[in-house]
Amino acid sequence: METFTSVFTDTYWSPYVVGIGIGLLSWLSFLISGKPIATSTTFARIGGKIEEAVTDDNTERRSYYKKIKLKVNWQWMLVVGVVIGSFLSAILSGNFQVGVWVPTLWASSFGDSEVLRVLVAFAGGIILGFGSRFAGGCTSGHGISGTLQLALSSWISAICFFIGGIITAHIIYHLIA
Amino acid sequence: METKKQISTLQDVKDKAEEDKRPLFFGLGFGIIFGFLLHKGGATKYDVIVGQLLLIDFTVLKIMLAAVLTGMIGIYFMKSMGWIKLSVKSGSVGQNVLGALIFGVGFAVLGYCPGTIAGAIGNGYLDALVGGLAGIILGTWIFAVMYPKLKDGIMKKGAFGEITFPRLLKVNDWVVVVPVAILIILILYWIEKAGY
Repeated sequence: METFTSVFTDTYWSPYVVGIGIGLLSWLSFLISGKPIATSTTFARIGGKIEEAVTDDNTERRSYYKKIKLKVNWQWMLVVGVVIGSFLSAILSGNFQVGVWVPTLWASSFGDSEVLRVLVAFAGGIILGFGSRFAGGCTSGHGISGTLQLALSSWISAICFFIGGIITAHIIYHLIA
Repeated sequence: METKKQISTLQDVKDKAEEDKRPLFFGLGFGIIFGFLLHKGGATKYDVIVGQLLLIDFTVLKIMLAAVLTGMIGIYFMKSMGWIKLSVKSGSVGQNVLGALIFGVGFAVLGYCPGTIAGAIGNGYLDALVGGLAGIILGTWIFAVMYPKLKDGIMKKGAFGEITFPRLLKVNDWVVVVPVAILIILILYWIEKAGY
């Protein structure tokens, strides 16, 4: 029988329940913080902070970092929260992964080499990080928060995210594999 | 008198500093709920995300469309009541077509996106933590280096600014919200009917 606690220890919820939950969260985010849920600028801020830490203090700050402002802000804390929230859900449902380097689907086509998977993930990350700032948003900022506001920039971006992603995934799994 | 005024000013500064931290706590709280939901939806997993891009698992699309449907109705209701203001990103063909296609390539190669990689790290996936996170940060840095050239070049091509569909079509918000809501429900119905 489904009890109050078993809701939290279940590994998965219906995608519709999860989606409606994210939609309700977006209401609160707008109402309380006046901001849409988004994540990718935070990664650019982390990069800028790292550059600042390794270069000397007199170096002129890059114009992009002046634009986005290198500080720990609301969105930065949101990204930290995502790590914590996912960790909590994973621990509560006994789904936390220990020592997993290679996803099952990847291993089924490309073997279980940890080095290969990490290198490909690194390369993919570079392309993704570059593209997210080029497009001005990611799957959350454009894909959910922007589309739900009916923004033209976000609908075009979300559709192109999936066009690029679907074509590339098919090349990876049907041509390269 | 003078001292009293100074004390009250100091108190104001202190109050303001504490007040400024409150948004950070809300950000953290919203993030925790967002991460919890992403994990419960399976969206912190490479197999689910790439399964969507291979068109064999439609979990990601179901989550996104349900979120957009719910969010859109509430946001436009709150806007009509004057409770909130929209926060729309400006755009251009260069940014939102070329930039987004580049994003899509990275999305498929990495198998996570910026939000779900934070969730994947919380879920314990080490390829996300060691490979993906470092790559994303480096990728955004490369963008920052190239930004002065890109912003006046390709990123300006076909600029259309901060526009929404109701503004573009010059109609009442609900003339767009209602058909989009119906379209999303139909797409979800078709996905379910097709057996995904």
